[in-house]
Amino acid sequence: MIEQPEDQRAGAEPGARRNDEASWAKPVDRLSLPTAPAGAINLNVSGRKLIGPVQGFGPLWQKTYRIRLSGIATSAGAVVKIWKDNYPQFWPPGDRFYVPPHGIAPGEVGLINSRQVAGVDVATGVLVIYADAESFTFMNAAGHPVAAMITFSASDDAEGTAAQVQVLIRPSDPFYDLMFKFYGSPQEDRVWQHTLRALAAHLGATGDVETTSVCIDRRRRWSEANNIWQNAAIRSGFFMMSAPIRWLIRASRTAAKRS
Amino acid sequence: MAQQITATGVRRIDEAASIIDIQGEITARSEQQLMEAYAAASGARTRVVILNFERLEYMNSGGIGLLVTLLVRANRQKQHLSAYGLNEHYRQIFELTRLDEAIAINQDEASALAATKAR
Repeated sequence: MIEQPEDQRAGAEPGARRNDEASWAKPVDRLSLPTAPAGAINLNVSGRKLIGPVQGFGPLWQKTYRIRLSGIATSAGAVVKIWKDNYPQFWPPGDRFYVPPHGIAPGEVGLINSRQVAGVDVATGVLVIYADAESFTFMNAAGHPVAAMITFSASDDAEGTAAQVQVLIRPSDPFYDLMFKFYGSPQEDRVWQHTLRALAAHLGATGDVETTSVCIDRRRRWSEANNIWQNAAIRSGFFMMSAPIRWLIRASRTAAKRS
Repeated sequence: MAQQITATGVRRIDEAASIIDIQGEITARSEQQLMEAYAAASGARTRVVILNFERLEYMNSGGIGLLVTLLVRANRQKQHLSAYGLNEHYRQIFELTRLDEAIAINQDEASALAATKAR
């Protein structure tokens, strides 16, 4: 059995007022990622605004992925701590999450490199907007395929502990919206179902992932169509295609310095 | 463990505007209470639903998600959401999550109602 971490709620006096101040990130006008981890493509994050369900383009979906962690006696607080500490290793192969310098904590920026169709590595990022002992929440950088808030949590009840990912997502722009039904939405399902199964396996638990999808708003928000100018997939594609040109420029500069 | 759940009260100001008084916590567990309050605040001719956060004590990210779904629900009814009574901390959360771009934030009830009449 995994030892239960100190839980900020568990020690609270009955009826004591909870305090959320330390759990929230401070507002940011634009994201900043001064140094990227070695090997990571650092594109489409620094200088970008956050984009959430209020700013996206396509229909708004609430997707909930939940797994009952059967066969273990690990508290919700312990599950969330393990999840935060090992977050990237639960992602599917081909998708990489670079943990921020101070881990999954409010105000930290995480970098994502995700292998998509046609072999394009889409580079984007998230801000940890909220983190406490029971949950943590990401909001995406503009240009990310979905304008989203993603909350990871665990809870205890009479049947034991369950882990959950809940996403509030709109396709960010018309391009992603076109792709959403046949590619974006199944991709979301694949990532978060894999994450929960990998978390359960890490904990030594068994269980099936239950998935529910509810369309909250079917409208397209044409006022947000301009988000396409920041589309991370298109920009990442151009970045990959222009790699030979960048290599030639670097080589010619080096040659010029030597001469 | 503290269990301060949301308490809500509804005041119909006139045909066009209602106020939902929120007390305690807003988390994902508040969904039923908040949506029931919205249903009580929302009439056929309601144009603005004002959220009074003066007695808000705690809100996590599940609570913000709930406000997003409330906003969408109101917009579908061609209603606006506005708010007042947010302290500096909660104003910052609205700014962080960019909810302040969709929910008008006012200093107090009088200014929220004045803004409603100016629409």
